[in-house]
Amino acid sequence: MDVKIKSMKREDFKDNEYIDKLVEELNATGANVVVGKLDQLINWGRANSLWPLCFGTSCCAIEFMCLGAARYDMARFGFEVARNSPRQADYIMVQGTIVHRMAPVLRRLYEQLAEPKYVIAAGGCAVSGGPFKNSYCVLPGVDKILPVDVYIPGCPPRPEAMFYGLMQLQRKIKVQRFFGGANRKEKIQEFFAQHPEEKDKY
Amino acid sequence: MSDIKERIRKICPSAVFEDGEILFVEVSEPEWYGFAKALRDDLKFDLLSAVVGMDWKDSLGVVYYLTSTSRNWEMIVVKVAVADRENPMIHSVSDLWHVANFQEREVFDFYGIKFINHPDMRRFFLRNDWVGYPLRKDYDANPEINPIRLTDEINEDDSVSYVEDKDGKVKAVKKNVFEKEDYVVNIGPQHPSTHGVMRFRAAVDGETVKKVDVVSGYIHRGIEKLSEGMTYPQILHFTDRMDYMSAHQNRHCLCMCIEKALGLEVPRRAQVIRVMMDELMRISSHLLSFGCTAMDLGATTAFFYGFREREMVLDIFEKTCGARMSMNYNVIGGVIADLHPDFQKDVKALIEIMPSRLKEYHKVFTGNVIAQNRMRNVGMLSKEDAVNYAITGPSGRGSNWSCDCRKKHPYSIYAELDFNEVLEDGCDSFARYMVRMREIEESCKILAQLVDQIPDGPIRAQVPKLIKLPEGRWYQQVEASRGVFGVYIESDGQKNPYRVHFQSPCFNLVGVMDLTCQGYMIADLITIGAALDFVIPDIDR
Ligand code: SF4
Repeated sequence: MDVKIKSMKREDFKDNEYIDKLVEELNATGANVVVGKLDQLINWGRANSLWPLCFGTSCCAIEFMCLGAARYDMARFGFEVARNSPRQADYIMVQGTIVHRMAPVLRRLYEQLAEPKYVIAAGGCAVSGGPFKNSYCVLPGVDKILPVDVYIPGCPPRPEAMFYGLMQLQRKIKVQRFFGGANRKEKIQEFFAQHPEEKDKY
Repeated sequence: MSDIKERIRKICPSAVFEDGEILFVEVSEPEWYGFAKALRDDLKFDLLSAVVGMDWKDSLGVVYYLTSTSRNWEMIVVKVAVADRENPMIHSVSDLWHVANFQEREVFDFYGIKFINHPDMRRFFLRNDWVGYPLRKDYDANPEINPIRLTDEINEDDSVSYVEDKDGKVKAVKKNVFEKEDYVVNIGPQHPSTHGVMRFRAAVDGETVKKVDVVSGYIHRGIEKLSEGMTYPQILHFTDRMDYMSAHQNRHCLCMCIEKALGLEVPRRAQVIRVMMDELMRISSHLLSFGCTAMDLGATTAFFYGFREREMVLDIFEKTCGARMSMNYNVIGGVIADLHPDFQKDVKALIEIMPSRLKEYHKVFTGNVIAQNRMRNVGMLSKEDAVNYAITGPSGRGSNWSCDCRKKHPYSIYAELDFNEVLEDGCDSFARYMVRMREIEESCKILAQLVDQIPDGPIRAQVPKLIKLPEGRWYQQVEASRGVFGVYIESDGQKNPYRVHFQSPCFNLVGVMDLTCQGYMIADLITIGAALDFVIPDIDR
């Protein structure tokens, strides 16, 4: 099975092995023909109408705004319906530094997202704490509190980089099983078990 | 200056003077409040420019920078220190200069200095269950003490005030942030129209705002503390990430402050480039502000228009600096790279196109009846309040207060340039908005003067490999996109600063939210915020 993104060649992407592995996992359990086709249809729809919950705290968010403006125009990909309520969004796009005071808010918003849900960490700060990693009150990467699906490095990432990251998320979604064996949920619960609310230290 | 010195001696005989670029006075704590009052009323220091908390190891204290707007923007520095580390207390001056209200809360948050008679002594940036005061030199940064807590913070509805009675005894008095029967609406921290992660708690009566409580710190990154552990070239990049819409100006300011301390002469070419970049940045910032204000009012088209021209500026930046944002262009002694060959051509194209584009903006948004109704006579801020709250930049000038740092304390080559300070006398949101639009024209004018006059020569002065500042303190101000931005550096002769403080204009802007929103509709809170145009990471730092 090939994971296609319109106008993009396979070689244009890095991390193809990761997607290959996901495909393998998908095939290993033996896809039912009818359900498999339905899955593909639904995933095609899901991947092309990804609605973000914009969680922009600082500079990276401005670059995300450029994505929404005319020059980069994210409507081409179906990302344009930026939501402000987690209930209506498919994924949370963390752009910017997350500090101690913000951490519980972010976690709460993530929990409020409806399944299936994804997380993108855009920018150095969201990936690892960026330039502020050593600060007394900065979270060294959102993956300390959320299961991250795609990391987009950069300070800030260029709009093109953001698109690349978003397309990677599309690819990931396309090889997921929507019916039946969806095991994402368990993975999230596993993550939460490992990262409980009252964490004492990292 | 000597005249002032004499007069100060008369008011406060025990004051200790120190010579420096600005007159420096040290007064003892018990005399401080009376002295401050005299400074404001008799010596006409009506503007509190900066409040810097300090830890000198043997004492804690505050350094105040005061400006007299009526006397040619003359400045004075006052130092107040207390030796008690357990329970340090200094008299508050928030009733004299209202801007001190939030500033003192910041100092309390960082250093644990309690301000006597301050109406509302709560933490400002950090969680209210935070242990310790992070900017103290003996702060224990062990993550076990302050782990990343994922439990929600309890809303603080009580506050405390340390009130002094007639005999000079200080008593902690419990205060309520809101009254008991107030209906409080929470806005933020994750709200699309607060332009970042700011949180407001608004007490409303029907739809009318009674009080706005600002809860800040959702993007407090601890830049000032981080800076203390870094060398001077290393701290430069933080300035690009505070107010990212004033990246060039902020960095220019920090560089100038360090250059001043080093006694470094910046080559003419670098100065011209810096000023041009500053003005381009101002244009891009005002365009973004235009787009966002419009979008907050539902005018999505205007947003696209604003961003269209902003991309032109970003292209210019990208070609020369290598990045669209976080340019990291100014360095100590000059700029990091020479101009791109297309620079002049691109700038000319921008200045040529801007007048017609501005006309377009006015057509699509400014004249619109909704925009007019939502902005005119909303969020009134008188000139006196603007001075008292130290609201500089376009917002201050919208209250007809002439406060442009490029005119008042001309730096770099601004003194030679021909441009007007834009003033509007509406005192409302619309006036602030109009100042921004007209400032774009002025910035274009500056660019037009310089674009063909970029001299040849080096882009950087020779700087020592290891930059060490001599002992002392320096303060430098520039006119950033949103107002006067200040950098305070105190050095003990090491390669890293002893203390760096960034005095951000947005910090003061948010301090005036309560005042400007009172009596207006809750929906106006968004427009007022948009017209004040604060950038949150600049507030929180
Ligand atoms: S990664 Fe860089 S640009 Fe993005 S929020 Fe952090 S500091 Fe700002």
